[in-house]
Amino acid sequence: MHIKKTWLVAVAAGLMTTMTHGALASSEGPHLASAGNDIFSQASLQRGARNFVGYCLGCHSAKYVRWNRVAADLGIPEADLKSIQFTGQRPFDTMVSGMPPEAAKRWFGNAPPDMSLLARARGTDYIYSYLMSFYADDSRPHGVNNLVLPGTAMPHVLAGLQGLQQPVYATHTGEDGKPQSVVEKLEAGDAGQLAPEQYASFVRDTVNFIEYIGEPVQAKRRTLGVWVVLFLLVFTAFAYLLKQEYWKDVK
Amino acid sequence: MASTESHNASKPQGGLNGWINARFPLDKMLREHITEYYAPKNFNFWYYFGSLALFVLILQLVTGIFLTMNYKPSATEAFGAVEYIMRDVEWGWLIRYLHSTGASAFFIVIYLHMFRALLYGSYKAPRELLWLLGMAIYLALMAEAFMGYLLPWGNMSFWGAQVIVSLFGTIPVIGDGLVEWIRGDYYISDITLNRFFALHVVALPLVLVFLVAAHVLALHEVGSNNPDGVEIKKTKGADGKPLDGIPFHPYYTVKDLFGLGVFLTIFCGIVFFKPDGWGMFLEAPNFEPANPMQTPPHIAPVWYFTPFYAILRAVPSFLGTQIWGVIAMFGAIVLLALLPWLDRSPVKSMRYRGWVPKLALAVFAVTFVMLGYLGLKPATGIFPLLARVFTVLYFAYFLLMPWWSRMGATKPVPERVTYDAH
Repeated sequence: MHIKKTWLVAVAAGLMTTMTHGALASSEGPHLASAGNDIFSQASLQRGARNFVGYCLGCHSAKYVRWNRVAADLGIPEADLKSIQFTGQRPFDTMVSGMPPEAAKRWFGNAPPDMSLLARARGTDYIYSYLMSFYADDSRPHGVNNLVLPGTAMPHVLAGLQGLQQPVYATHTGEDGKPQSVVEKLEAGDAGQLAPEQYASFVRDTVNFIEYIGEPVQAKRRTLGVWVVLFLLVFTAFAYLLKQEYWKDVK
Repeated sequence: MASTESHNASKPQGGLNGWINARFPLDKMLREHITEYYAPKNFNFWYYFGSLALFVLILQLVTGIFLTMNYKPSATEAFGAVEYIMRDVEWGWLIRYLHSTGASAFFIVIYLHMFRALLYGSYKAPRELLWLLGMAIYLALMAEAFMGYLLPWGNMSFWGAQVIVSLFGTIPVIGDGLVEWIRGDYYISDITLNRFFALHVVALPLVLVFLVAAHVLALHEVGSNNPDGVEIKKTKGADGKPLDGIPFHPYYTVKDLFGLGVFLTIFCGIVFFKPDGWGMFLEAPNFEPANPMQTPPHIAPVWYFTPFYAILRAVPSFLGTQIWGVIAMFGAIVLLALLPWLDRSPVKSMRYRGWVPKLALAVFAVTFVMLGYLGLKPATGIFPLLARVFTVLYFAYFLLMPWWSRMGATKPVPERVTYDAH
């Protein structure tokens, strides 16, 4: 029986989740808006870093990201790091949140995920849409829910900036033939400190920074890549001429 | 002395080269395998992939050595070690991307290399052993890639290994114990990671290098096939050298250098601009650490295994066991190895075969690509049905080959290779 058990747990369960995933995909999962961020914009990355430190780092770590690496890549003088780092942190320390993971789990039900690789695991559109899609829902512990990640454990940290969006419900007939209440769209509720386009721009900068920390070298990689490929094209052209020269003799 | 005179007749070399050659067959080996190895002059596009496979093997060995210097094979440290390589090690990101992209490139090159053999009948006598050695390389390569994929200790690493290792659990009686023996534990754990690391960096690379050496030696013993399927050794000149052969060096070294340039341009384009290979070479769930409590939404092996994974999924379970799918999956690979004995055509090259074998090969190529595509997709909607249709086609290609390979009239094979000098 143990054979069967291993098999069932590992494969069948895997296939089952594949199937549910497929079902979700076919019945249109949450529509993701394009983040539209620009990894080459240092100004945007600097604003994103400020947003990240101000609003995210309280709960979310980026444990693979070193402060001085961010400073060097984003053109922030290392002396300025002291003003944004927690006291006692050294320039080469990583961006670790002050919140103990155990306590976080107790408070929110889930430890807030580390942000180092979130953009690589979920994609920038996902994070952007997630941060745009909080809405008021009194049935949730923090009074908010999210269209992209329904039942999210995260409170709407940016509500002060965005304001609190209100859901407009519509009734659809579900697959079981019974009527279901579905969020059709979100409407602006109480105004926040930022106008909607300002908020979108705020989120875009933040997502830009989160994408940057996913792979700090990516801008340099792409810049360098242009030269590498150009060199190889020239190399290949010369290799071709060399080959033609030798092969003249082959009759 | 008489013996000195006879030596003088063959004019012994002086200097370091002479000293070495009196003690080790250096020049002899260079002559036999490089400067006086006669290869047919009519190699075409399909003949670049052998030397490219050798290049990628060396690339993987060299980048692998440098990765090993910074990697920690431990369940608590492995994921962080990869990020350390990506962020803190000088040029670590480049070495890692070369290695991860190299793994996929290896399979692309090997699949094209194998397709060439199917196209021109390179597995047919006298090259059966050459083909078998190649199949052994392919098997070792799959094991190497599978073990290596666990090492980043991402969530897809973990669950991929979990699924594949569990396949052995379907074997009656011993399956259960076998799975435990492979993992060294009751689940994929630190112990599994350590042994996969040992196999990935020591055992399998040794096996691969040995098999590749044997593959090349066997090739040079029987001589290369060519797009016409003509044995160039049959037509030799007065000097005993094949009339249609040209020395591997310099002709094919410069030609392969050009091929390498084209390959590297594309390869580096991916490494520098799309190192995750559109989510195919580095999969998104693998940027989250291994988590036994959280299954990724969609488990699929890396793309180069998916044709066989699709076959595995396509075969239904009956008599209360799933082993039939596992047998079909391994059978699909065994059948490839049996090609030299399944193909009964009197002609090697597709150029001189009838329309039936041509059509069969085209259908097989489409089948293989489609199975690869379906293995990536969830088993929903039309996909399971398609996977079954293509699985049947896959097996039909091999099992019916003794019959269809003799169907239709063949064209006369020329005495000499066709070559257009330009």
